[in-house]
Order: sequence, then C-alpha cells, then structure tokens
Amino acid sequence: MNTESPIAIDVRDAVKRYGEFTALKKISLSIKDNEFFTLLGPSGCGKTTLLRMIAGFEDVTEGQIYLYGDEIEGLPPNKRPVNTVFQNYALFPHMSVLDNVGFGLEMRGASKSDARRRGGEVLELVQLSQFAKRKPSQLSGGQQQRVALARALAPQPKVLLLDEPLSALDLKLRKAMQIELKHLQRETGITFIFVTHDQEEALTMSDRIAVMSAGELQQLGKARDIYERPHNKFVADFIGETNLLEVSVDKIDNGHAICHLGGGHSLTCNAVDGIDVGTRVHISVRPEKLFTSDAPSGVESLKGIVKENIYLGTDLSTIINLDEGPDFTVRTSNSERGNKRIFEPGAQVFVNMEMGAARLLVD
Amino acid sequence: MAGGSTSGGSVKADTYAGVRHWLLAPSWLVLLTVVVGPLCIMLIYSFLTKEFRGGVVWEFNLAAYDKFFFDRGLFGDEAPRIEWTYISIYWRSILQAAIATLVSLLIGFPTAYFIATRPTTSRALWVFLITIPYWVNLLIRTVSMKFLLRDQGPLNAFLLSTGIIDQPLTIVNTDVAVQLGLFYSYLPFMVLPIYAAVEQYDHRLSEAAADLYASRWIALRRVILPAVKPGVIAGCILVFVPSLGSFLAPDLLGGARNFMIGSLIEDQFKGQAGDWPFGAAASMILLSMVLIVLIVAARRQARAKAAGGEV
Ligand SMILES: Nc1ncnc2c1ncn2[C@@H]1O[C@H](COP(=O)(O)OP(=O)(O)O)[C@@H](O)[C@H]1O
Ligand SMILES: [Mg+2]
Repeated sequence: MNTESPIAIDVRDAVKRYGEFTALKKISLSIKDNEFFTLLGPSGCGKTTLLRMIAGFEDVTEGQIYLYGDEIEGLPPNKRPVNTVFQNYALFPHMSVLDNVGFGLEMRGASKSDARRRGGEVLELVQLSQFAKRKPSQLSGGQQQRVALARALAPQPKVLLLDEPLSALDLKLRKAMQIELKHLQRETGITFIFVTHDQEEALTMSDRIAVMSAGELQQLGKARDIYERPHNKFVADFIGETNLLEVSVDKIDNGHAICHLGGGHSLTCNAVDGIDVGTRVHISVRPEKLFTSDAPSGVESLKGIVKENIYLGTDLSTIINLDEGPDFTVRTSNSERGNKRIFEPGAQVFVNMEMGAARLLVD
Repeated sequence: MAGGSTSGGSVKADTYAGVRHWLLAPSWLVLLTVVVGPLCIMLIYSFLTKEFRGGVVWEFNLAAYDKFFFDRGLFGDEAPRIEWTYISIYWRSILQAAIATLVSLLIGFPTAYFIATRPTTSRALWVFLITIPYWVNLLIRTVSMKFLLRDQGPLNAFLLSTGIIDQPLTIVNTDVAVQLGLFYSYLPFMVLPIYAAVEQYDHRLSEAAADLYASRWIALRRVILPAVKPGVIAGCILVFVPSLGSFLAPDLLGGARNFMIGSLIEDQFKGQAGDWPFGAAASMILLSMVLIVLIVAARRQARAKAAGGEV
C-alpha cells in the first residue's frame, strides 16, 4: 500500500455491540486523504453503523477511530469536521434550499449573508441555483439528493460520509449522479466515504472498496483487485456475476491444483495456501472469461449441451450443462459475437477458458 | 349510522354521495342543538333587559354592553366615562391565562419531548400516567391544590423543614396560586398535542443539525421547534382558551381579590343577585376575543403552510 498520502480515517479494531448483538467485529481499515473510498456489503452488514461511528452518532464499543491522526472518540458530532449525506437526505423542511445549504456555514460562524453567498456558490456547483428559494418538499428526489450533497459539502469538511445517497434514485439518474459525485470528489479534493450495497456502483466510482459482510471486513482493495482476485467465496459471489462451483481438490502439483467438478470433469487452477488435497472448496469463474466453440480450444475445455440463451442487450448469456456435471454461464459481448457462432439450445459445445480464469476460494 | 361502516374497500366514494348527507345528519343535529343553539340564545339574551330576581324582560337594548364599557354614575344620568372595572378584570384574566399557558409550555414541552422519545412500548404508559390525575373531578383537584399550597400545608411544611424558608410562604389567595391552579388544570392539553407533534418529528433532522455543527440548543431552536410548531400552537390555544374562562381555580385559589372573567360571568347567573343580559354580554365579549385569537393563529399557520409546502 502506498504510504505517501496521509491517513484521513484510521479505524483500529473497532467493535460495535448493541447489547448482546455484535454489529461490527473488530474492523480495521485506513482511508487515505483525498480518496474515494467505498464500504460495500449487503443490507445489515454494518455499513451505516461504521459510518455513524465516524460521524459521532454511535459510540465505539471497543477500539479507536482516528481522524488525521487524532482520536475522535469523545468528540460530539457537532465538533467533528466530518459531514454526512444522509440516506433519507434529512433536509430541514421549513428552510429554503439556500438556507439548508448555508446552515453548516452559519453554524461554523459565517454571517447570514456570508453563508447565503457561499451557499449559493455550492448550489451552483450542483446546478441547483434556480431552486435556491424553494422548500425541499418542492423538489424532486434527485434535486433533494443534490441539496443534501451541497449542504454537506458547503462547510468544506475534511471527510464526507455518504450513506447510500443514490439508492432512492431511478437508474438513469443514479448513473448520472455517480459520475457527478466522482467529479465533485476530484474537484473538491475532499475524502469521500461512500456506502452502498450495489456492487456495480462501487466498482464504477471507487478508488478502493472495503467489502463487508455480517460485521466483518471481507476484502479491501482496488475495484480491479476485488473483481479479479476475490479472497473468498463471499466476495466472489457478491461482486459481479460468477460461476461458483463446489469442487474437490484431487491433486496439487507444482503450484497447480486439479479440481474435480463432478461428472468426470476437472479443471486446473492455481493452488492457494490453506487449500489441501481432498478438501471440498469452491471455484469461481467469471462468465465473460469463458468462450464457447464446437471443438476444444484454450487451456481448459469442458464438454456440454446448451440449455438456454438469454439476450441481455449488450451481452448474450448462454447456460451450458456439462455432461452429468454442473451448469456454466458463458457471457459473450454482442460486439464480438458478430464473428462468433451462436449455439442454439440442444447443441453440443465446448466451454473453454485460459489458465487462471478459474480461481480457488477459501470459504 | 350503521351504513357508514360498509363504505370501506374499493367502493368508489361517489357511491355514497347521496346518502352521505343523511349519515351526517345526526352530527349536524347535535352540533346545532348543543353548540349553535345555546350561542344564539346567549347572543339574544345579551341584548335583553335585566329582570330583578334573575331572568330577563323581552325588551331589546344595548344596556348590558353599555354597562360593561361605560360608567354613567349611580343613577345612570352622568356623562359616560370608560368603566375600567370589567376591562381590568378581562385584562388580568388574559394575563393570568397567558402566564398559565407559558408555564404549561415550559413544563409541558420537555415532558412531551421526553415521552415522545421513549421506546414505543412505554410511550402509551407515560401518556396514561400524565392523564391519571385528570380522571379525578376538577373541583376536587383544585380543592386539593389549596390544601397543598396553604400556609400550614405540606408544601410549606416541606420547605420549612429543609430550611429553604423560615416563614411559611403565602401562596393561596394570590395570583401565583391561580396561575398554578390553571397550569395544573390544563397541563395535559399542552402535553398531548406537543407529544403528537414530536412523535411525528423525524429525529434524523436533529442528527443532521448536529452533523452541521449545531449545538443542542441551536438544534432545538432552529430545527426542532419550527418542525413541531403546529403542536405547540395547538397546545397553547388549548390551555389559553379554557384558562381564560375558568372560574374554579380563580374562585378557590385566588380568593375575592383575584377575580377572573369566569367568576364574573358565573356570578351573573348565580342566585337572584345576577344580571343575565350582562353575563351574556360578558360571555359574547369573551367569545369574540377567543375567536380573534383563533383566527389569527389559523391565518398564520395557513400562511406558513402556503409558503412552505409543508409545515
Ligand atoms: N440501534 C440499534 N440497536 C440494535 N441493533 C442495531 C441498531 N442499529 C443497527 N443495528 C443492527 O446492526 C446491524 C447493522 O446495521 P446497519 O449498520 O444499519 O447495516 P447496513 O447499513 O449495512 O445495512 C443490523 O443487523 C441492525 O439490525
Ligand atoms: Mg444502511
């Protein structure tokens, strides 16, 4: 990991318990200055809890959180130079859009007119100047979302926390906002901690992603690392689409593990520390790393019958049943399909992959 | 009446347009006979002439209103001067009711806030606890209050024993006693609407305020209070209006010198010394004042709503 940029938020062995229930189990992670950092995980895994601990709304049961080197436990939320974009926006309903945006500035000591002026500038940044005088209830969901963003950005926090800010928007608007958020982060240079349960969103936007599940950190890394080199079954399954197959390891030889898929099929993949001969584990193969042909091709070829073709717009997804073995999903991009054969259901095909496409996973 | 219960489900509302009037008729009848009827009678009586053994003579004039506002000497033949007696009673009543309302607000708001922020399961219990004393008759409660407050009463005994005071405090027969009595009589009317408003309040707004560097006090003033304002206004009206016309607390706790509107009106209809038209006129004047307060409040709320989309 590079150590040049300072650490914005350092979470050390943080535990959060609600009575008997442990919401976070010893989480440690460092978020770098000026980073777009994403907490990704299914609903209920503790993302909001961690964010609220950073903002100061929940205390830390055990462990510490440091903000630019200073321990912040004990500081109330209004003393932390951290702002939140709330999931439900939490805009002040009785204040105008401009007063909402100026609120934080005013609380930090700006005069009313200064707060209005600088609030207006931030509104311009999110392209809402013409709505300054409206009340939040007179705006659409997407506009409210941007007001919430402007309000949190206006006081220029050291770290901006965003709790699933886009989840209430429709797909098209969400995509547009993803790009806008990314730009805003670059322009302002503020460290963003972004929470989402949408893996695609996380992959699109983040410098680094922390994948969480059931209160535990599963993997932390760049989008590409997490997608290409998932550490465990949960991460492989949660991020993107994959063929997740249960296999038994037959032989390990020279760094290669030969795995039995059932029905007489076997695959060779790179051996992984901690997975020994005879154990039943999972392998993950991304559907787009597979290709079909009527004769064996590539390093690994498995024979099967086409069950179904599913047209997905950009891609074609083909489900292939290996003879007496598991199903495989193969994804072919429509742009490259022009010079490839489409196999109709019932046709006999070979599922091919290059070495390294199949990954052994610990559970 | 029974027909009303069948209107649920997917039936179009229009289906019952014809019968709706008839289903509402009993309510209209009750409202007419017990609200509008008596008011009309009062209005008419306020223009009649007083009969000496109580009751009225059917001669229309403005004597009752004249008596309220003007002093024409013992025999009624002097040049009219403003009669301050009743106006000052009204003024004092307004002041007493206002202070009682303020005290109710200061005590009632934190109480309501406290209840509304308890876990859902225990809220009903807290509300019930608040209303328990009010299952007892108002008269009995007010008399008990007198016992508590009097010079040799438990309050003074307690204060003396702790050494906070060395002379018993005289509370009974003072304005303070009246204000305390009114406050105690109507406190739930303050607590309940505010409770309802705070319960509706989205506490994440307070978190947003804290997140944006507002202290608790500023969050209360700038975010919580504006959001629950309709409840506060409703509570203030519900305490102020009955306090203004109350006669039990002023009579029992305030003594003769702390006369309020309610007692003045009550006296006009009691025994044979009364003056029915004058009592009716005093009531109509009180009613007009209350109406003005309500209309102003309603106007302001409507304007706030129009400006803000939602309050
Ligand atoms: N105040 C609370 N009391 C008890 N349990 C809570 C509380 N807040 C959250 N939890 C529990 O902690 C877990 C994590 O919640 P949360 O952080 O909101 O998840 P996420 O944001 O990832 O969906 C959930 O199982 C939730 O039920
Ligand atoms: Mg959440």
